[in-house]
Amino acid sequence: MKSLAELAAIRDKMKDKVVIREGVQGIRVVVGMATCGIAAGARPVLNTFVEEIAKAELSDKVTVTQTGCIGICQYEPVVEIIEDGKDKVTYVKMTAEKAAEVVEKHLKGGKVITDYTITKA
Amino acid sequence: MKELSLNILDIAENSVRANATLIKIAIAEDSETLRVTVADDGCGMTPEILENVTNPFCTTRTTRKVGLGIPLLKLQAEQTGGSVTIVSRHEGTFPDTHGTETAALFYKNHIDMTPLGDIIATVVTLIQCNPHLDFLFTHMTVNGEVRLDTRELREILGDVPLNTVDVIMWIKENLTEQYAELKQ
Repeated sequence: MKSLAELAAIRDKMKDKVVIREGVQGIRVVVGMATCGIAAGARPVLNTFVEEIAKAELSDKVTVTQTGCIGICQYEPVVEIIEDGKDKVTYVKMTAEKAAEVVEKHLKGGKVITDYTITKA
Repeated sequence: MKELSLNILDIAENSVRANATLIKIAIAEDSETLRVTVADDGCGMTPEILENVTNPFCTTRTTRKVGLGIPLLKLQAEQTGGSVTIVSRHEGTFPDTHGTETAALFYKNHIDMTPLGDIIATVVTLIQCNPHLDFLFTHMTVNGEVRLDTRELREILGDVPLNTVDVIMWIKENLTEQYAELKQ
């Protein structure tokens, strides 16, 4: 069983990192989690982002969070990538597979996948 | 919604929007029924809004004029012979005891029962997206209980946020193991 002792070990490991993180303005991955997004499959998309970002060792730079309905329900699941000094990128009709690809090519590689953005999809 | 756990995620989002600080999600099952309760200490609803809340054309969102969360839950409960009950105390009238409790009863052997689905993903998602809120999740089954209280985790974690990736993975594995023990 995952014990509370293991949780304490995570705390001790993270303590130094937390201080560093607060000063860093990283990339934000924002998933639409209103009724429309959830019904269209936002939950596995969000979970995949969290897992793939961890695997790519980007967790210190990228945070995954949610927003409500942004008004384009027919394009859900919608994911926005927000980075300081850059234009916001809006990915639409996302799936877990596309999320993994966005982590690999966009977040890790720095290249926007225009096939999945709102202008083309 | 394909899974009840998605409805639960959706209803809990209403609590997030109501500025709750503690959201209690309880599932209780026996051989015949499944009850889901989402209770929060958020701002609550006025009697006027509460009266209208199952109307799909009643919504708090500003981007469209429809809100389907509660109507969908009601439909899914009623199609099994069950029901949805909502009790709410608005902060204007109840400054100390405000909040909303949404309870849904399902007859789980009914052919139109929506499967619960991946409830662990729902709990993990809520914590990931709302690390400043507390969640108490309990699932009572005929084989025992699964329980997670973020207040207890926070006591150990101190300043380390609940949505730190290692903590999220710990929560996911902890819940997975608790469910695995039930099955034995």
